[in-house]
Amino acid sequence: MSRAAIPESVCILGAGPIRIGQACEFDYSGVQGVKALREEGCRVVLVNSNPATVMTDARLAHRSYVEPLILSSVTAVLERERPNALIPTLGGQTALNLAVELEETGVLERLGIRLLGASVRSIRLAEDREEFRQAMAEAGLPVLPATTVTSVEEGIRALETIGLPAILRPSFTLGGWGGGTAHDRSSFEDLLRHGLEASPTNQVLVETSVLGWKEFELEVMRDFAGAFVVVCSIENVDPMGVHTGDSITVAPAQTLTDREYQVLRDAARGVLDAVGVATGGANVQFAVNPVDGSYAIIEMNPRVSRSSALASKATGFPIARIAAKVALGRRLDEISNDITGTTPASFEPALDYVVVKIPRFAFEKFPGTEPVLGTAMKAVGEVAAMGRSFEEALLKAIRSLEIDRDSLDAPADLAAVDDDGLAARLAIASPERIWELAEGLRRGWTEERLIESTAVDPWFLRRIGGLVAAEALLRDQDLDLPTRTAAKRLGFADSQLARLQKTSPESERQRRLDLELRRIRRRVDTCAAEFEARTPYLYGSFGDRDEQPAARRSVVILGGGPVRIGQGIEFDACCVEAVAGVRSEGFEAVMINCNPETVSTDYDAVDRLHFDPLHIEDVLDICDAERPVGVIVQLGGQTPLKLAEDLENYEIPIWGTPRDAIDRAEDRGRFSELLRELGLRQPPGRMISSADEAEAAGETLGYPLLVRPSYVLGGRAMEIVYGPDELAEYLERAAAVDPDRPVLLDNFLEQASEVDVDAVADGERVVICGIMEHIEEAGVHSGDSGAVTPPVSLPLEVQAELRRQVRLLALALGVRGLMNVQFAIQEGVVYLIEVNPRASRTVPFLARATGMPWAELAARVCAGASLAELGVHDGVPSEVAVKLPVFPFERFPGVDPLPGPEMRSTGEVMGRGRTFGEAFAKAALAAGWRLPEDGRVLLSFADRDKTRLPALAARFEELGFELLATEGTARLLRDSGFPEVRTVFKVGQGDPDIPHLLAEGGIDLVVNTAAGRKAARDAPSIRRAALDANVPYFTTIPGAYAAAEAVATLRRGPLAVRALQDDLAAKPPWAANLS
Amino acid sequence: MLPYADGMTNRRNLPRQFNSPGPAHLVLTDGTVFSGFAAGASSAIDGEVVFNTSMTGYQEMLTDPSYHGQILCLTTSHVGQVGINALDAESDRVWARALVVQDLDLVPSSWRSEEDTSDWLARIGVAVGWGFDVRAIVRQIRTAGAVPGVLATDGTAVDALVERARAARGTDGCDLAREVACGEAYAWDKGPWRSPSHPAKNESGDDRPPVAVIDFGVKRSILRRLVAEGLRVRVLPPSVTAREVLADGHAGVVLSNGPGDPAAVAGARDLIDGLIGKVPVLGICLGCQLLGLTLGGRTVKLPYGHHGGNHPVRELASSKVLVTSQNHNYAVEESSLPREVEVTHINLTDGTLEGLALPRAGVEAVQFHPEAAPGPNDAVGLFMRFAERCRGTRS
Repeated sequence: MSRAAIPESVCILGAGPIRIGQACEFDYSGVQGVKALREEGCRVVLVNSNPATVMTDARLAHRSYVEPLILSSVTAVLERERPNALIPTLGGQTALNLAVELEETGVLERLGIRLLGASVRSIRLAEDREEFRQAMAEAGLPVLPATTVTSVEEGIRALETIGLPAILRPSFTLGGWGGGTAHDRSSFEDLLRHGLEASPTNQVLVETSVLGWKEFELEVMRDFAGAFVVVCSIENVDPMGVHTGDSITVAPAQTLTDREYQVLRDAARGVLDAVGVATGGANVQFAVNPVDGSYAIIEMNPRVSRSSALASKATGFPIARIAAKVALGRRLDEISNDITGTTPASFEPALDYVVVKIPRFAFEKFPGTEPVLGTAMKAVGEVAAMGRSFEEALLKAIRSLEIDRDSLDAPADLAAVDDDGLAARLAIASPERIWELAEGLRRGWTEERLIESTAVDPWFLRRIGGLVAAEALLRDQDLDLPTRTAAKRLGFADSQLARLQKTSPESERQRRLDLELRRIRRRVDTCAAEFEARTPYLYGSFGDRDEQPAARRSVVILGGGPVRIGQGIEFDACCVEAVAGVRSEGFEAVMINCNPETVSTDYDAVDRLHFDPLHIEDVLDICDAERPVGVIVQLGGQTPLKLAEDLENYEIPIWGTPRDAIDRAEDRGRFSELLRELGLRQPPGRMISSADEAEAAGETLGYPLLVRPSYVLGGRAMEIVYGPDELAEYLERAAAVDPDRPVLLDNFLEQASEVDVDAVADGERVVICGIMEHIEEAGVHSGDSGAVTPPVSLPLEVQAELRRQVRLLALALGVRGLMNVQFAIQEGVVYLIEVNPRASRTVPFLARATGMPWAELAARVCAGASLAELGVHDGVPSEVAVKLPVFPFERFPGVDPLPGPEMRSTGEVMGRGRTFGEAFAKAALAAGWRLPEDGRVLLSFADRDKTRLPALAARFEELGFELLATEGTARLLRDSGFPEVRTVFKVGQGDPDIPHLLAEGGIDLVVNTAAGRKAARDAPSIRRAALDANVPYFTTIPGAYAAAEAVATLRRGPLAVRALQDDLAAKPPWAANLS
Repeated sequence: MLPYADGMTNRRNLPRQFNSPGPAHLVLTDGTVFSGFAAGASSAIDGEVVFNTSMTGYQEMLTDPSYHGQILCLTTSHVGQVGINALDAESDRVWARALVVQDLDLVPSSWRSEEDTSDWLARIGVAVGWGFDVRAIVRQIRTAGAVPGVLATDGTAVDALVERARAARGTDGCDLAREVACGEAYAWDKGPWRSPSHPAKNESGDDRPPVAVIDFGVKRSILRRLVAEGLRVRVLPPSVTAREVLADGHAGVVLSNGPGDPAAVAGARDLIDGLIGKVPVLGICLGCQLLGLTLGGRTVKLPYGHHGGNHPVRELASSKVLVTSQNHNYAVEESSLPREVEVTHINLTDGTLEGLALPRAGVEAVQFHPEAAPGPNDAVGLFMRFAERCRGTRS
């Protein structure tokens, strides 16, 4: 291949919604890919259904399609755009699987599109575990004894040779989904059944378990000419048995001799040869026996991945960017290393620091599931940190997690367990393991004892033990300079020193600065300082030489930290967009963030990147180096907002909405007062501080009530209760109430529509970004409800009233920048639910729907521009746009998949169309629902919803659906004129039963509403059965109507696709001023 | 949190920086002072200060005779964690004059380790400075060039060290090879370490052409690689003559790596002159420089040398990129070579010469280390080709 062969037009597939196992790393890789292709002069066509991504900014690719990542839609895009080539390696497993489908259905051949970066053969080989094993064996590379089976019977036979414990790995699934470790025969059968279902090819690999072997991963890159480099080696602290995405990992690998490391390096190259990966990035995972160094290849991914995002950030080697270039036929040695600008990309990065990654979990959101880690990934996000030692990096990573910890100190519950309890906890891998290990060491347990239960390498144990020993020393004595220096260099936070010394973090900081113990900036430069670095990618540590570049009018943007449920990629998209805004106002954009998956931590996206914890100590140290003229805290979600007060106390200039306005919006009393002044209405509510008060308040307010503790954010433990008993039960179970921890009771507005409005204000003018009407009625967390813009059922006068109220509020509060307001509308009356004077989760969605870069505009306003001079007007969606959430319920077996007031979705998709039905259909398909065009609908309604049943049934009958219903619902339907409804039964209550029908495909759509939490907890869940059978289910009546509209649209014919740019072309001239 | 039963800190686990370690200072000839803590031997020693960016292989580097006379600064975060084992030794002693690191682990965690790093350090008597900001040292060397300096772990006052560092000499004009080479010939028959997952092929056999390795400071990994290629290896001192080498019926000659200034290696040119055209010759590192000089070229000192396991080199004949292990301060100047000498490899980072050949005479040489140790194995094919040439000579 030569340079002349570089294709003129290339299509990149994104990864779709954020899910566990497939998160914002693919936004990062996609953005890098698009930029790299543009540099090479290609016209870039992008498809991704996730609007909350940087890559779907219409200014990035030439043609951006926010369309479902399914065969029909992507085919339509390819037919319309006729690219010469398709790169499927930047969009995770979703994109690879789609590429295989496109090839196998002949679409690529018919349209003359070349697949670049991976061949279908290599994709299949890497994913088909049996073929992979054979290829390895032929190449003389070691794999573990295993057999691929396609039935439970075969599996049981295979077990005779494999033995227990055994690992089950379904083929073609994401993040180890559907797999696990079986310790006994019955769990083996259960897991196998589950795994066979999870695998699209009904294949499961039954593999010898090497629980306790060390686990390593190499991130590698090669070009068509055969140049091969290892970008990064990664060692897992958690050994084999815990999914690498759930493991604490360290780069570079620490416990291998050079000889052993080179064996893995050679093997990685052999794997690529055997699988036929001719160009691009890949990762290879190894298990290494700690006793004799023998090893086995576990798997390889012929694409960029979560680990490659981590490796890129850990080393400064931009894997996705270079993968895109080598896919086009460029050689590694003709691509320059951006960081040095003078050396080629055909080298292996050398690190003079350690990177530690820690995953972030969300088990608390899924009551009923045990926080146990295994071979199926459960983490929702991750953080990474850099330090001069493992200890420093580990402690920095811990304080990056935002779980209110800054050290290895045992949380109260762990400190309280006795030794037996601790031993029992250590025997099971959990997110707490690192603290459990520290606690064991604190209690004087031997290394041997800890290794026996966890198989964690002694090297890590000793390092953790060192920190634990240091804790005790630091508590014992006054800190002289050498001791304090040693403690800070090891990574101890000022806040931990304050606890140990019984002082305050502020005074510890002051003492440290008085002693000239300042954190300096060190560069991430790919080469351990061998060559000069041009790119200001920095981390904070201690040392002799500060590498902070000269700062000139810098503006610090605080990022969002780790992705978790409730604070996802949306905020990263906002932060990245703000960079352009800050720059166009003439400032340098400086980013602080610790999430290795994101675009915001791409050194290429900003003027200076500080890869450091969003913890007050680290942020203040960076501010000392940057001396920013302003800090923007409103775009990264709750994370930066929480820092605002402390930063202000240190006289760091916060740009945007003043602190007091934030307080007025958050403080319940002050907020109510403001609403009274403005004459705005909110649902009646009360704050209570005892159970007795609760009962009285419940009586005055009337049920149902929305209840939540006042001290937690993001809908944690928020529920709706329908009577005094449920209220009492809630207080007992979910929220101990006392004067220090009051509980909020609000009148819950039944059958009200909920509405989100985002706006930008500059103190004088207020621009409405958009109005989003929720599809579900009030009661479902706004992040978990579908939404549509423009509203489809709100009368214009109500919309005008919403705009009026938002303007009033924004001006009264003095908002500068973004603001989000939530309303409920019941029988035409507008109630204000809450105001968030910051960027909300929906800002990128509205940006895609209206074609306006709202976060960028907000940043410009923060920097002093006025909306008038920017010439911005209220957003106008060019089409109907629907947002739907994506849930991780399939990974939490047994959890009732019922959306409620607590947010549990991991990501979102967007569908755009001429009509609501079309937009909803696209969103539903993008979210992975298999919407039927006809068939059988199962209706099962809670009593209080039954008056609304006949109309919905009529709608489905009109669409040609056969009606099935549970007993009570069926009776009601027969009485209401639906004689042909068929009764079906819950498990064990009659024949045919629902799970059985679902499993054999006898039900195509489920509508199942729940009567309160308690009822939902008591009844075996139809919803769960539907989820497990992958049948689309709707838990609200408006949701079901929306599904009916979508079905109607699908019956009319194939869905059309449109690029975002098609609509932008029709934009008014002032829009051009914004880029 | 539990109180400590005995009120005592577990001293064994306590990171050493809390145990009042003694100070160490590294002073460069330009007067720059770096500070850390002392370990190993207590002394004040001068040498040329060099750095290596490899992330693995400290034992290999310390025992590599090419580091003779040098103070070795390792940039990687942690050193010592995999202990010491006999099979990773590149010679039977430590040649670097002193070691400077960020962090030093004394208790290893590796199934391969046979000796704790602390015991080894005590035994070998080398001074170690740890807790240094090696990155700052590298940046200084990068701008000032490889410079002489002094490392003191014995508490010598900084002022005195500055004096001494000013007087410290570099390696220019030093025939260090003579100091590290063997005095007498010996046979070598051990092959390289192999992973238990890739058991050794049979390396003995009847048809094992004898080759001579001229020891200018040879790394054992070169010998091990030759054995792995089925060659019978004999190591000869650099004082050997061409006549003696040829008289013993050697089918090929390897000119080894070694320390110091190639222009100062006494007698090497006569030896090499007498071998060219008679038997296949493979030069490695210093061996490559000596060949370059013998063939009429010049060597120059690089600003701060190449020391790492990640240098990209292009093999011109195949156009392939090899990631190589490197450790040299001098290089053959490409423009100084006569026309009949072919340039076979170049460094992609700075364009310097990485390999040369005189094909009709069966001479090949590379500036990098095909035997790796530490570093990638991308270039081991050179040994196979050399073995083939040796077999060709005999048939």
